[in-house]
This record gives sequence, C-alpha cells and structure tokens, in this order.
Amino acid sequence: MEKYRINPSKGMEFGLYTLGDHIPNPLTGERISTQQRIEEIIELAKLAEDAGIDLFSVGESHQEYFTTQAHSVVLSALAQATEKIKLSSSSTIISTLDPVRVYEDFATIDLISKGRTEIIAGRASRVGNFDLLGYSLRDYEELYEEKFDLLLKINEEEVVNWEGQFRAPLKNARVLPRPLNGSMPIWRAVGGPPASAIKAGYAGVPMFLATLGGPATSFKRSIDAYRQAAQINGHDPSELPIATAGFFYAAETTQQAQREVYPHVNQGMQLINGQGYPKQHFAQGADTRDVMNIGSPQQIIEKMLYQHELFGHQRYIAQMDFGGVPFDQLKKNIELIGTEILPAIKKYTAKN
Amino acid sequence: MKIVGLSGSKVGSKTSTAMDYTMKAAAEKYPDAELTFIDLAEYDVQFSDGRDYREYKGDTKYIAETVMAADAIIIGTPIFQASIPATLKNIFDLLPVNAFRDKVVSMLVTAGSPKHYLIVEQQVKPILGYMKAQIVQTYVFIEEKDFYRKEITNDDVLFRIDRLVEDTVMLTETYSSIREAKEAQYNF
Repeated sequence: MEKYRINPSKGMEFGLYTLGDHIPNPLTGERISTQQRIEEIIELAKLAEDAGIDLFSVGESHQEYFTTQAHSVVLSALAQATEKIKLSSSSTIISTLDPVRVYEDFATIDLISKGRTEIIAGRASRVGNFDLLGYSLRDYEELYEEKFDLLLKINEEEVVNWEGQFRAPLKNARVLPRPLNGSMPIWRAVGGPPASAIKAGYAGVPMFLATLGGPATSFKRSIDAYRQAAQINGHDPSELPIATAGFFYAAETTQQAQREVYPHVNQGMQLINGQGYPKQHFAQGADTRDVMNIGSPQQIIEKMLYQHELFGHQRYIAQMDFGGVPFDQLKKNIELIGTEILPAIKKYTAKN
Repeated sequence: MKIVGLSGSKVGSKTSTAMDYTMKAAAEKYPDAELTFIDLAEYDVQFSDGRDYREYKGDTKYIAETVMAADAIIIGTPIFQASIPATLKNIFDLLPVNAFRDKVVSMLVTAGSPKHYLIVEQQVKPILGYMKAQIVQTYVFIEEKDFYRKEITNDDVLFRIDRLVEDTVMLTETYSSIREAKEAQYNF
C-alpha cells in the first residue's frame, strides 16, 4: 500500500471527484458560465481540503455539458491552490492521449503539489473522444491496453525503450520531469462487468471501480475477481488498493437529500446518456444495501461502513456535483462530510 | 401521446402497406396523438457500432432519436428466413439496453407462411422484454393471401388492426397513469 501512498491503519480514505459537469439547473433552467464553473471547482477543492477530505480528483470528458476537458490544467491550478489534499485524475482518458505527454503533465503537477499527485487512467465511454482526437473506435481495446502499459513503464523506468502500434517508438528516451519521489501512483479506472476488473488484477495495478448505482453485492463480484486475478498472476492483493466511486449527496434527512438531488441526477442522465433516472430505481437507492450514497449523514455512514465491510476497499470517491448541483448545496455537503460523515468513517475503519 | 410507426423492412411492400392502414386508423381514431411513420425502406441507416444513439448522424440519428422520444411504438415486420429482417434488428442494436422502458410496443407481422406465426413470440418478444418494453400481447399476423395488389382484402385483418391501435393507445394511457400514481408516492 505504501507504494500507492495509502496507509490503511488511518482508516478508509474519502475523496471527491468531478467530471466538470456543466449542466443547466433543472429547477431554473439557468446555466452558469464555464469560467464560473471552473472557479467553483477550484474553490471546492480548497473547501474539501479544509474539511479534512483526503483526495480531490478531476476527470476528462470531451463532450457538451462538461468543463474540464483539459483536466490536467485544472489539476495544476488545484496543486497551487491547495497544500495537503491528494490530487488525482478520474479519469484521464489514456486511450486518446499520448502517455509521454500525460506523464510530463502529471509529473509537473506532482512537483507543483509537492508530491500529492496521482493518475487514474481510463478508457473512455464516449465515441466523441475518438472522433475529436483522431482515433478509431475500432482500436478501442488495443489503444487502451497499449497506452496504459506504456504509461506504467514510463513511471517505472526513467529511460524507456518501447515500441508499439499507436505511437512512434521510444529509444533510450528519458521522460522528464520525474515526479517528486521518482514515481507516482497510477490507478486503472474500471467500470461495468468483472472482465475489466480482471485485467486490472492481472496487471497488478490499483483499481478505481465505478459503482454508480445498484446493489453493493453485485460490485463485490468485480472486486473478488480483481483480487483473484492479481493473485493468479503473482501479485499480492493485500498490497493493491481498491477505490470505489459513485453518486453521493447528503442532507439533514434522507428524504431531503433525495428531493434536492433527484432533479439533478435525472436531468444529468437525460442529457448525458439520453435517458432519465427512473424514480423507482432512485428510491431503491436509499436502501442500505445499495451503493448509492444519497441520504442523511447517518444513512450514508451506515452505507459506507456496510460497503467497507463488504469490499475491504481503501478509498471511496464521491461524485456529488452530477447534474449541475448548485455550489451552495455542494458547500453544505462538504460541511456535512467534514463534521459528521468523515469523523465516523475514520473512527470505524482506522486500525488502532 | 407520441406514437411512432416503424416499418422494419427494405424489401417488399406488404409490411408498409399494412403499416399505412395502421397509421391511418390511428390518425382517425386519435386525432390528438402525435403520429410519426418511419418506413425503413425510405431511409439510409448505418449499422450499429455501439456508440451512444445520439452520436450517430443523418437518418440513423433521426430514427434513433424519434424512437427514443416515443411513448408508444407500433412495429411492423415481415418474416424472412424464419426471422426478423436485419434492418429491424439493427434498430434495436442502435438503442440503449433499456430503450423501451416506460414505452408501450405493439406489433404487426406479415409473412408468406402461417408457419411463421411463432417467430414473434420466440424472437421479437424476448428482445422487447429485455429492452423493458410494455408489450401489447396480441399482435396482428397477416398472410400473403390477405393482400391483393398493395391492398388488404381481408376485413378480419382490418378489424384486428383497429383493435391493435386501440390496445396500444389504451395500454399507453393506462401504463402512464399507473406510473404517475406510483411516482406520486415518492417524496422527491
């Protein structure tokens, strides 16, 4: 775990992630400017740090309704604006980027942040990425595997010799600058069925697992498959951290939380996936056994501890701004996390 | 209520003839309904490549988005080689997994042989069920002998088409009021 800068004895880490959502407020129809949204993201990271949250991460999404396409630039601003919170990408779409450039960017951010930076690399869920950045969707799988492997290699070897299909070969190439401590944690973003988790396990890299909604037990399969695949391929699963990520929203009562966030989740799904979120599924999400962390602080604490017991994961990353949740409500969420949720989670998961 | 009629074949005329009757029956009986008829023979639709349905272009995008915006869909399909045509299957493939959630889907089938009667049960209904449709259970099965030169000559078929339209609208209204009543119970 040390290699990945995680100390489980201090309890489960709690992080936030944003994809830079830029969606009209479903209640008013108003949409804030791109600039305001980015400023608010920077402000949010500072508030998260003050609240004792462990990590803040910014993802890349090349489509309408998002603002952080240049997520490494935003992370760089966060590196300057904060002092101790860990910074990450969730996720960097490595399939359509050049791993050398990505590493240069993130190593620089790591230097600016004094060693607080890591990379979570994913493989995109959108065709738009491929069209925009000049790749073919036919190479979806291969692009990701090859580029992710190269990214790991650059992290481990300062002088790189490499040849592949989607990038010019590297001959005795030095990829500079190096991160503060020589290397950085690199996670593999995993969504959907266990097949993807199995690949992360084989590679022996930390897994960032998206768990947006549904029974927690159904994600347990991916987690078990990941650990098993790691073991089979000679890695020690107890050294490999797992993070889960999903919808989060807290308010005084569970009913209030549902009332406040449902219009955002529904509209966000409508705009981004082309179909709204069924009320029936959303209502079921309040059950302790569902992964969706939406409810009162007490309800969320119960859910998080249940998931921790089930998954044995080291980090949870909350997405609470999905669907254009206004900044004031996000601030209130951070307050509830800092004062009620985080202390309880740490208390029950730390090994003292 | 948005009703989309979808004629699923590029080959032949019987399915689109029957669908014409169906759409006319719907327009006469339900003048307030918003009706759209899509005859796949008249469109140039690309094969599904797995992208989000809104990311296609041209006819493909138009059809996918029109179907997704519907409250009810009446599908007309011929049976070829003991199966539905690829053109129709491709429409299903273009859409997301839960595409028909909260939608009512009914069917009209033309076939050269009565032996094809159960193809709908065995092939189409499982797909519609998987995609979460509310299915109108009885479909209209029309044989070659019911047509004469692009006209339906069997009155029984015409009566059944009228009933199919009525059932489709009734189930759509009923399902929508059931759903509204259910959603009203939630406090958000």
